[in-house]
Amino acid sequence: MYAYDELDRTLINERVSEFRDQVKRRLSGELTEDEFKILRLQNGVYLQLHAYMFRVAIPYGTLSSKQLRRFAHVARRYDRGYGHFTTRQNIQFNWIKLAELPDALADLAEVGIHAMQTSGNNMRNVTSDQWAGVAPGEIEDPRIWSELIRQHTTLHPEFSFLPRKFKIAITAAEHDRAAIKIHDIGLRLHKNADGETGFEVLVGGGLGRTPFIAKTIKPFVPGRDILSYIEAILRVYNQYGRRDNIYKARIKILVHELGIEKFAKEVDEEWKAMGDVGLTLDHTAIEEVRSRFSYPAYEKLPHMPDELKQAAHDKLFERWRKNSVSAHKVQGYSIVTLSLKPVGGPPGDATAEQMDAVADLADKYSFGEIRVGHEQNLALPHVAKRDLPALFKALDRLGLATPNVNLVTDIIACPGLDYCSLANARSIPIAQELTRRFANHDTADLIGRLHINISGCINACGHHHVGHIGILGVEKNGEEFYQITIGGRADENAQLGTLIGPAVPYAEVADVIEDIVEAYLALRDRPEELFVDTVKRLGVEPIRERVYATR
Amino acid sequence: MTSPLEQKKIRITGPSVVTANRTWDGAVVYRTAKQGWSTELADSAIVNTSDEARALLAEATADDVGAVGPYIAPVELKDGGKVKPGNLREHIRAKGVTIDLQVPA
Ligand code: HEM
Ligand code: SF4
Repeated sequence: MYAYDELDRTLINERVSEFRDQVKRRLSGELTEDEFKILRLQNGVYLQLHAYMFRVAIPYGTLSSKQLRRFAHVARRYDRGYGHFTTRQNIQFNWIKLAELPDALADLAEVGIHAMQTSGNNMRNVTSDQWAGVAPGEIEDPRIWSELIRQHTTLHPEFSFLPRKFKIAITAAEHDRAAIKIHDIGLRLHKNADGETGFEVLVGGGLGRTPFIAKTIKPFVPGRDILSYIEAILRVYNQYGRRDNIYKARIKILVHELGIEKFAKEVDEEWKAMGDVGLTLDHTAIEEVRSRFSYPAYEKLPHMPDELKQAAHDKLFERWRKNSVSAHKVQGYSIVTLSLKPVGGPPGDATAEQMDAVADLADKYSFGEIRVGHEQNLALPHVAKRDLPALFKALDRLGLATPNVNLVTDIIACPGLDYCSLANARSIPIAQELTRRFANHDTADLIGRLHINISGCINACGHHHVGHIGILGVEKNGEEFYQITIGGRADENAQLGTLIGPAVPYAEVADVIEDIVEAYLALRDRPEELFVDTVKRLGVEPIRERVYATR
Repeated sequence: MTSPLEQKKIRITGPSVVTANRTWDGAVVYRTAKQGWSTELADSAIVNTSDEARALLAEATADDVGAVGPYIAPVELKDGGKVKPGNLREHIRAKGVTIDLQVPA
């Protein structure tokens, strides 16, 4: 957990009273919508189809049980009893009234939660691996660095008026769970040959209308220099970035147009020319932030407790354990993923009752801590293995033990046309139908790891370009159509998917996806060959042939 | 459903209404013939020509305190004078999400 300091708390409270005043002036007509819009966006308030939407940041995906309970309270008191966890370690409330928003913000501020930098052309929530600090083999806890960057960039004038929004993600593990290659800046923590800790810096990733996978700009930047190096990148970006055209304003376009070598050279020159701008992180500064992260007092526990041996006879428990329970860096503990993807449910939604119950379970079994990942699931990061059987029973009762993590029904989907005013087509009902088609867990197990991502328009909030199967809503003559890509991935081998054929109407999407999966099952050379690997080995053509032969 | 938020040229091809979101709570509202807003589509002022549409939109836009982001949306007129939303987007705005939210028992 991270303890906010006094400065942060004062800042958050000031923002609430400032916003309360702004809302009052808006409702009285003193402020026009044009004047107010930028102010509400700075506080995470969008306008959707049916209501205002309120986006709240969950820095590096770490929440306390107290904070989660407060989300439940906001959902119940000001919304319709649920919230939506997004791919950027945020939660969104869909039905909030403008007149009540200042109260909701104030209630959240009491537990150190805010909505700053969840929208607008600024530095957004710095995301990280949801298993940070507990994943085995991690170099060190990447959240320390997320926090250092967050502190440096929060409300910093230079980062508040960028040509466009700016997103950074950090990972410190071998396997990239933070999707760093699709961020404006991706940071991979590693050690160089001298054993010094630093970052591989990637730049220019992003999806949307013009998707790009980030490229490495510098293989190693020492940790103490990371702020000044990011500063150099932003200076070059601020200097060249296109403010004239919103579609070309992201750093990915600049990197693409200049080429990574030239861009890297510009940044290096800027970095040298900057000299010492007071951004070098000394040991004390880093340790100060490190000391604010507290870790539980783990017990010394056996690797294989009796409770686990006994429960091994329970088939349902075993299936869930194999699917949703992962190794922890401390012996006797596990990381447990809570699937927010029940069969037939909207991906990423949680009811107030579920949030309260998860908070209670976190207190009982996970030292009061919860994590939120970009796959729109939750996790309990410190569960003693002996408690797994009891936890399973409790989660199952709550509908949070669907054994489908990383499987075909663990779908990432944006809100789409059911909520979003920019949408071409619906996302959630497509996801719901697919979870029903693949509801049989044995079939899903047989298929193996397969990520389906759905976006309702080209903004790509559902990361469709990097889904193993990507589904993008488009419009044709006023009807909902969907383009389907295959072979994308968002991890350390990130890649954009390839279009498999012409767009299909709403009613046919699930059939086509079933056919794609069947084609894969027929074509894979052994059961362990994952969907993406089969596509990589064979290319799109053999799958296209099978799927479109009869259409 | 191309987002109608950036309507530039106003040209309508059938019966239309002006819709927006109510400022204080964001609810979907329709401009009435009495220069007010209603949450009921049935109460909306229906226009049939581009000139009428332009005039209704201008009048609605002037009420910046009442509602946010007004635009022209198509409707269908059924026998007996019943008004229906003219496309899926407007259907969802009028009737709510097409998802049955799952609430645990
Ligand atoms: C419903 C209200 C939402 C609106 C109006 C909205 C709007 C947008 C827009 C306009 C962009 C493109 C910006 C650009 O390329 O410069 C974008 C990108 C993005 N949104 Fe959303 N979004 C919404 C909800 C969500 C949700 C619910 C999620 C997560 C599930 C999400 C995650 C993202 C992500 C990850 C990107 C970046 C994609 C990229 O790399 O380009 N958004 N959003
Ligand atoms: S991808 Fe498009 S439809 Fe989906 S949430 Fe983003 S802006 Fe809305």
